[in-house]
Amino acid sequence: MSSQSDASRPAPALVPRLPRLVEVRQNVLKHNDVVARALRERFQRGGVFVVSLVSGPGSGKTTFLEKTLTLLRPRYRVAALVGDLATENDALRLARSQAPVKQITTGTLCHLEAAMIENAVEGWDIGQLDFLFIENVGNLVCPSSYDLGENLRLVLISVTEGEDKPLKYPTIFNSADVAVITKMDLAAAAEFDSTAADRNIQAVRPGMRVLRVSAKTNEGMNDWLRFLSTLRDSPQARPGGPYERRQRIDNGDDHP
Amino acid sequence: MHELSIALSIVELAQEEAERRGGVRVDAVHLRLGPLAGVVKEALLGSYDMASAGTAMAGSRLIIEDVPIVVYCPRCQAQRPLSSMQWFCCPECNTPTGEVVQGKELEVVALEIEE
Repeated sequence: MSSQSDASRPAPALVPRLPRLVEVRQNVLKHNDVVARALRERFQRGGVFVVSLVSGPGSGKTTFLEKTLTLLRPRYRVAALVGDLATENDALRLARSQAPVKQITTGTLCHLEAAMIENAVEGWDIGQLDFLFIENVGNLVCPSSYDLGENLRLVLISVTEGEDKPLKYPTIFNSADVAVITKMDLAAAAEFDSTAADRNIQAVRPGMRVLRVSAKTNEGMNDWLRFLSTLRDSPQARPGGPYERRQRIDNGDDHP
Repeated sequence: MHELSIALSIVELAQEEAERRGGVRVDAVHLRLGPLAGVVKEALLGSYDMASAGTAMAGSRLIIEDVPIVVYCPRCQAQRPLSSMQWFCCPECNTPTGEVVQGKELEVVALEIEE
């Protein structure tokens, strides 16, 4: 009998089911952004100025940072976090500057996230620092999506990489505040076209500040350190970084 | 290639949202994606099935809406769509501008649910 009543019932699959669309509106990286915002507040309370460095592999981030730490150390309390896929080589190199350095080994992860910075500085007395540097994993793509709570993001390109890097990676240039052209001592040998590099940077990020340095010969290093000290000492001089801009847009108080 | 971890975040976010609504079944997740989010659409679509497999979101679809880059032109005093990611300038008057108004979106905007 039961089979009869089953047969008389319409097959469930034939009943049209209309899906309903419900609005959600959630930033996919909200968890990272929440951690980054808390970090930025914590850094600000502690009076530490945080600079992150992004670039492709081999652009000279570590050498540039080692030199920066060495030159800053007589006058400022500095420390560094360094992200690397597998090795501790960069941390060992940076430690030669005598500054406290902590390695963040990301394994197969191609970028740093705010939670890794939070873990790395756990137990640190942030108030004891003037500058904290964060060297991201060598990658010109993935780090652009992640806010690390930094005050200033540098994107580095070396003269040996070619002047068109900005055109190939406009997103990372848009996520950064300042461009640093490294290995200037090799510019002539690499036939580096400085004008073209400037033009390309300005094309993808109009108004971007560009610094030219050689960590080997110290060319441009004084300008860089002066720039850094000014930013730290006068917060009003800080460029409106992408995060601040994004926040203004989020809050709806940007242009209509 | 960080699209898999982005896909995992999307699955997690949608799952939380579905649970909040009494454990409804999700057919599709609608995402708005800007070119400046730093995420490759094809790689994200490719990662989504892998990220949702074995979860309550398995079998759901990811539907991506491309959000164009819009900049603010200080000369025209207006928002303008950008014509090329290699050239941040106003398409009307060619004034360079880095004021990005839209194009960094990476947000779940809606869920298609079954009731």
